[in-house]
Amino acid sequence: MIRNDVLWRGLRILRHSVREEPRIFAASALGSTLFGLATIGAAYVVGGIIAHVVVPAFDSGKTSAGALALAVLALLAVSLLKIVGIIGRRIGAGNMQFRLQATYRRRVTRKYLQLPLAWHQRHPTGSLLSNANSDVEAAWFPIAPFPFAVGVVIMVFVAAAAMFATDWVLALVGLLVFPALFVINYAYSRRMSPRMTRAQQLRAELSTLAHESFDGALVVKTMGREEAETDRFRAKAAELRDALVGAGRVRGVFDPLMEALPNTGTLIVLFVGAIRVKSGVLSVQDLVSVAFLFTVLAFPLRAIGWVLGELPRSVVGWDRLQTVLTATGSMTTGSKTLSGTGPAALELRDVSFAYAGADPVLEDVGLELPPGRTVALVGPTGSGKSTLTTLVSRLVDPDTGQVLLDGVDATELAVDEVTGAVALVPQTTFVFDDSIRGNVTLGGEYGDEAVWSALALAQAEKFVRALPEGLDTLVGERGTSLSGGQRQRIALARALVRRPRLLVLDDATSSVDPSVEAAILRGLRGADLAATVLVVAYRRATIALADEVVYIESGRIQARGSHAELLASTAGYAHLVTAYEDAERERQRELAAELDDELDDQLDDEEVSA
Amino acid sequence: MTAVATAPDSVAGSAPERPEGAWATLVRGLRLSPELRDGLAGTIALAVLATAGRIVVPVLVQQTIDTGIRGRTGPDIGRIGLMVGVGAVAVALTALCASAMNVRLYRISETALAALRTRAFRHIHDLSMLHQQAERRGALVSRVTSDVDQISQFVQFGGIILLVSFCQLVLATAVMLWYSWPLTIVVYLAFAPLILAMRLVQKRLSVAYTASRERVGYLLGSVAESVVGAPVIRAHGIQDRTAERIDTAIESYRSAQAKALRLSVTAFSGGEIAAGLANAGVVVLGVLLGLGGGLTVGQLTAFLFLVALFVQPVQISTEMLNEGQNAIAGWRRILAILDTRPDVADPDIAVPGSGHDLPPGPIGVTFRGVRFAYPTGPDVLSDIDLEIPPRTRVAIVGETGSGKTTLAKLLTRLMDPSGGEVLLSGQPLRRIRFASLRSRVVMVPQDGFLFDATVAGNVRFGSPGAADEEIELAFTELGLADWLESLPAGVHTPVGERGESLSVGERQLVAIARAYLADPDLLVLDEATSAVDPATEVRLQRALDSLTRGRTTVAIAHRLSTAEAADEVIVVDAGRIAQRGPHAELVTQEGSPYAGLHASWVSQTR
Repeated sequence: MIRNDVLWRGLRILRHSVREEPRIFAASALGSTLFGLATIGAAYVVGGIIAHVVVPAFDSGKTSAGALALAVLALLAVSLLKIVGIIGRRIGAGNMQFRLQATYRRRVTRKYLQLPLAWHQRHPTGSLLSNANSDVEAAWFPIAPFPFAVGVVIMVFVAAAAMFATDWVLALVGLLVFPALFVINYAYSRRMSPRMTRAQQLRAELSTLAHESFDGALVVKTMGREEAETDRFRAKAAELRDALVGAGRVRGVFDPLMEALPNTGTLIVLFVGAIRVKSGVLSVQDLVSVAFLFTVLAFPLRAIGWVLGELPRSVVGWDRLQTVLTATGSMTTGSKTLSGTGPAALELRDVSFAYAGADPVLEDVGLELPPGRTVALVGPTGSGKSTLTTLVSRLVDPDTGQVLLDGVDATELAVDEVTGAVALVPQTTFVFDDSIRGNVTLGGEYGDEAVWSALALAQAEKFVRALPEGLDTLVGERGTSLSGGQRQRIALARALVRRPRLLVLDDATSSVDPSVEAAILRGLRGADLAATVLVVAYRRATIALADEVVYIESGRIQARGSHAELLASTAGYAHLVTAYEDAERERQRELAAELDDELDDQLDDEEVSA
Repeated sequence: MTAVATAPDSVAGSAPERPEGAWATLVRGLRLSPELRDGLAGTIALAVLATAGRIVVPVLVQQTIDTGIRGRTGPDIGRIGLMVGVGAVAVALTALCASAMNVRLYRISETALAALRTRAFRHIHDLSMLHQQAERRGALVSRVTSDVDQISQFVQFGGIILLVSFCQLVLATAVMLWYSWPLTIVVYLAFAPLILAMRLVQKRLSVAYTASRERVGYLLGSVAESVVGAPVIRAHGIQDRTAERIDTAIESYRSAQAKALRLSVTAFSGGEIAAGLANAGVVVLGVLLGLGGGLTVGQLTAFLFLVALFVQPVQISTEMLNEGQNAIAGWRRILAILDTRPDVADPDIAVPGSGHDLPPGPIGVTFRGVRFAYPTGPDVLSDIDLEIPPRTRVAIVGETGSGKTTLAKLLTRLMDPSGGEVLLSGQPLRRIRFASLRSRVVMVPQDGFLFDATVAGNVRFGSPGAADEEIELAFTELGLADWLESLPAGVHTPVGERGESLSVGERQLVAIARAYLADPDLLVLDEATSAVDPATEVRLQRALDSLTRGRTTVAIAHRLSTAEAADEVIVVDAGRIAQRGPHAELVTQEGSPYAGLHASWVSQTR
């Protein structure tokens, strides 16, 4: 039971911090100890000056410049020691804290990159931001006063030794302060922990809400919902406020109690000491020096209070970090490599997939793409096409069944084998806050020539050349300075520059106007692509690119064959691909009907007039 | 939208060469949060009491030793007991007052800061689209979260201590003056250089801490990018590169923190020098004064003790300075947001009383000599003169990057034109109240952003208070009943963050239903069905056609099926209107841009 206590766990986190940064901790603790000893020293120096300089001077009515100079020197020397101590301690403690924060930010963000997409789909962006920011901060918050507190502990030991040497009874009575300190802290932690947990949770929720709201700012604006969004934010901010005020109520009482402790100790020491002096077992001078030690300790003791006071928050932050750091479900990889060059073979064997807590999106999908084949995947909105493309490019793994590349199960392939061979152009393009070049190469080693030829094939060359800085033009976060169609073409170039062996296009030209799309398709057809292509498409021209068409509906493959075959055999397919023609025909018919009506009317009129 | 919109004047304050002084920021910050002054008198009274206790207790201890224990007849237990008792009461009262003060401060500061957060949040939404996009979303989030947290950490932890320290400083000074005014002057002289030094380093500290706060924004932006871009990062296996980018941001934040700390520590270790000087000065002058008979040993001893009480708060305050600077930098960033004037503002806010409501009835659109360029960019649109009569259905077509989306953004006043004027029903758009504009004119943007709620919750976003039945009816009217039925929980199906549990096409369906239920008089569709399958699109279009008769519709489309069905087609080419007229007419104009577009379209779809 005690092992789960917040205090215990908080101290373990501190121990952990020392293990992470032993040297810098040692330096700052040393600085802190120096400061502590200098503080005690200063008290003795002042006492010495009064006894040996001031009192004789006042008694004799004269003093020497030498004595005064010595006093000044002694005081300044002690100050200097304190300064060295302070610098060592504060710079050390600060750097220790910053380094720990940086280390854990790195670990958490690395983990984000490692964890599979399925994990990301369950965790909102704002909350992940909060983990990397406020939880890391919370976990290492006690580090700033920590070395100070350690120095104080050393000081306390020195002081305790001095006290025991003077009078053990008095020392024992005085040191009762320490058990009291831990008792108060225990009560404090118990009340504080649940409040702090809730506060950190609400911080994450507030961050999530803000991120989502700013992300959807355009919708908020166009719907005129600023006030409603503000209300939503205000309500969450009020919840956080209440939680923090609740935590403050506990903290606000704890701090003064911690401060009252050493003073109480001093008073008790004085009283007990006076009795002992009266009974003759203690000299007045000894009592004074013990009492004095206590007053000197009063301020530094608060550093211990600062550390202990922050422990509950630290434990909460730490726990929240641990849920990320210990999250499992990274994708399993094997050691096999793909030996082939040229177009890859793709096979899906009885693949089924469902998003967490939802109905299956794909069921028993079997599909085979021989090397070099171009296959069009056609199906109504929400039929599972995009999900299939994410399985093929191994963004997610199927629940059952297998995805095979060149006959090897994708899960048995070594890291980077799949990404090296397969390039996916997703439906929604994501553009990084980087230059055009950076967005195409994504840090890969591609020469300008390769980049330009990929851009040319994606029909992006013309507009990129017109940009003020060409390839080095920065595109802003998520490509806000580019139009939707331009972003899509950059994403296409990104895939093409990699010369993939399997190219997966998920409706990748939806934002591009017809003539540009036609040019892209012409380019792809003409290019010596050396790739197997899986393309999600609606338009005839895209379908015409394909050697074969696969029709999918409600997560199942309904039919496959040539366009003509499917048109004849599969009503759903025919309905989908001839929709525009049908609509046009319908419109013509209506127009004709209207014309007929008008003609009839005219005829009627003529008849009447005749 | 086309070309590079070089970031508009980035949100003020993000590149401060000479930030305003800490004091000025503090004053403005306090003025912005009047709540912080609530019950200030009571809080200060408690602070004074708490501080008095902190001085009384050591003085009592001192007196007990001097008069009780060192008394001529040996320790006087009765007297000591009394003094210790008084001391205990003082300790208890101090703790009580301090607790009461702390709790008050927590409550007041959290209340004030929650209001400040909310105000900043609202202001960010009031900024124009261009301003919003000038900063990474993660960085915007940091302004309403961690920047405010910095302030609260300071106000509650540092602020309390600073308040008490200040009181202690004042009280200690008063008692010192009572003992000896020349010695008090010596103490103040010793601290004078410190105050001067503080003023000198102040500017540098401001720069360093502001830089540190900015790096947090940058860091959050990088992390957000890696999280939102998770699929692309995995698809191309660029985890390492992304990690490097984040590491750079982490490292730059850490080094900024370290730099700011180094500066503040070296600057303020001066406090300790001052303390040494003060002690030395008091000893020297005290002895000299004593020799002249103006001071006794007891008085000098007591005075040295008071110097310690005076020095202590100075030391503690310098400990707090780090957080103080952080808080001020956070405050500065929030003030920078609040200082940024929305360049596209509600008329009643821009010029009070100048706002009008849109006249009832269908809306006609007029563009008069409209020109648009992003700041420092070339013209994206020029010489746009356009008249769209009420109740017409207009399709805007043109190559990607020709300026179509810009046109839609001007029409819905997401941006204001650089020249010329847009009118709705004869009223200048700039004069129309946002409340009226947003309820009558609705745009469905290219990416149909959904909130992490249910389908119904998202549709209701445009028309709060709509019943589930109305929402279901809307889907039915749009010919989407089948689709709705296919969802596991109908309108109560959760859509996931950014709507990611639905396919892109499905998200667009929800976005259209959302706009449709809002029942606008002018509906602007920007590629609203680009990811929907043709059969659904045609069905949706027919439904929209029959349902939108009587309202004005402007649809931007790459799929020319939309244009075929429109009353009028407007062809935009390189920022100008190249052609306009009914589809049947335009398509016969050989060699025209529209004929070319249409030919590609037909060859691709038939």
